[in-house]
Amino acid sequence: MPEFFHRKIERSAIGFVLAIIAAASVGGIVEIAPLFTIDETVEEAPDMRVYTPLELAGRNIYVREGCYACHSQMIRTLRDEVERYGPYSLAVESKYDRPMLWGSKRTGPDLARVGGKYSDAWHVAHLINPRDVVPESNMPAYAFLARTALRTDDLSDHLRAQRRLGVPYTDEMIGNAAADAYGQAAPDSDFAAGVSERYGEATEVSAFDGVASRLTEMDALVAYLQVLGRLTSAAYENTAAPQEAPNPDN
Amino acid sequence: MAVEERDPVTGRETTGHEWNGIKELDTPVPRGVLIFLVVTHIWAVGWWFFAPTWPLGSTYTKGLLGIDQRTTVEENLVRAQQARSVWTTRLETEPYETILADQQLMGIVRSTGHQLFGDNCAACHGVDGSGRAGYPDLTDDDWIWGGEPEAIEQTMRVGINTRHPDSRIGQMPAFGRDGILEREHVSNVASYVYSLSNPEYSTPENRERIEAGRTVFADNCAACHGDDATGNREVGAPNLADDSWVYGGDLQTIINSVHGGREGHMPTWDERLSNLDIRTLSLYVYDLGIVGR
Repeated sequence: MPEFFHRKIERSAIGFVLAIIAAASVGGIVEIAPLFTIDETVEEAPDMRVYTPLELAGRNIYVREGCYACHSQMIRTLRDEVERYGPYSLAVESKYDRPMLWGSKRTGPDLARVGGKYSDAWHVAHLINPRDVVPESNMPAYAFLARTALRTDDLSDHLRAQRRLGVPYTDEMIGNAAADAYGQAAPDSDFAAGVSERYGEATEVSAFDGVASRLTEMDALVAYLQVLGRLTSAAYENTAAPQEAPNPDN
Repeated sequence: MAVEERDPVTGRETTGHEWNGIKELDTPVPRGVLIFLVVTHIWAVGWWFFAPTWPLGSTYTKGLLGIDQRTTVEENLVRAQQARSVWTTRLETEPYETILADQQLMGIVRSTGHQLFGDNCAACHGVDGSGRAGYPDLTDDDWIWGGEPEAIEQTMRVGINTRHPDSRIGQMPAFGRDGILEREHVSNVASYVYSLSNPEYSTPENRERIEAGRTVFADNCAACHGDDATGNREVGAPNLADDSWVYGGDLQTIINSVHGGREGHMPTWDERLSNLDIRTLSLYVYDLGIVGR
């Protein structure tokens, strides 16, 4: 019977082409169709904020250095992961991640909720030489980040590109991108107030690399790491996970 | 095309195609593979009914089994909590002295605490809690903010120099950099502090600078570190008269500390860890200190 069917279809050129198209499109449909229900599967997070220019620059460095190859940003719905890392990741938490950095390989730990877990000084020491703080670490050293000035002249363009992809940056945010990037890493400067005004009081303004006078790639990457998991507290609501919501003021 | 042509050697039909005299056999898929394929298809169709599968415009088929990974993990967590509730309730509600007196319960604290410490604290304080420059040793008897379980719990909850409203604030001013002390005074007071834990440094040739440093200390440092330099846990001023140092006890490091000031940062764990976790870790860290003694 199957042989008969196969023989029959193989001998009809148009029919066989249609059958090939139908079979080959299954993979596409399986990947595309869930997007039709995205409104239902992505949770609500009214308190969600966008990345600041400095954090976005840090995110770009994270991508550039390939951090995602060893670190995931995706806590799965498994008991051991929830107990170790905190509430499982929600789709909405990577709403403004373009592209997303969920990752699938963990040579190092998951970073989805690393924000606020360690001090800025620890992150700087760890990035300069991981072995200084974690003797058994096999992570490469990124000491050059502390010596490399952060490029800020194109930050407005980065924000504009993100807006095209649906991230709600305002004209004001785009216009002040470079100043905000400088201000977020220089708490005592005149530019710091603008960051809190545009991105919320909870936004961490700090001399991330320990030197407020100079804006480096280290500032950007640490600012990004410190905000991971803290853009919204949606994951802490309606969950049996033992953790409470992070107070964004801390 | 000779459709019905059979290959004389195998007895199989050919596809009817011929390339330079070579003909292709029309061998069917082996029966075992075919059966496997059919079974998996039937399984897949069955799965459509039991598990969430097909998108339907604004929703999707939820399936008869009602499988939902989020519900599953939360059920697992609740079940785990219940299974542990025999001792977790005790850890959460009983006073620290009662728990410390119960060796069986402390055994649980040591094993559970070790996991929690590894996940959360070891990055800075080291796997064994012995710390490193800038991150205090938790295994000795020298505490900056107090070493009783209650004090450790408070330090963990609010952190040090965090944005928590009750954060512990410990700031050593930058006496040299901010021009509070002159260069010579910085070096003198460092010599004095160094001599406290290194009596052999008090040689006649150093006496003058040590004595000068003693005056500087009394005027500038004693307010926090105490007249005898043994520190003050109320303000997180470390004991400078012992062998234990956060940033390092050699003369140059002491000069650096006086010159540039220190402002260590310990994150707040109030929101990240549960009450149970914080209490377990307070006991674990307190116990580290006892074991280290």
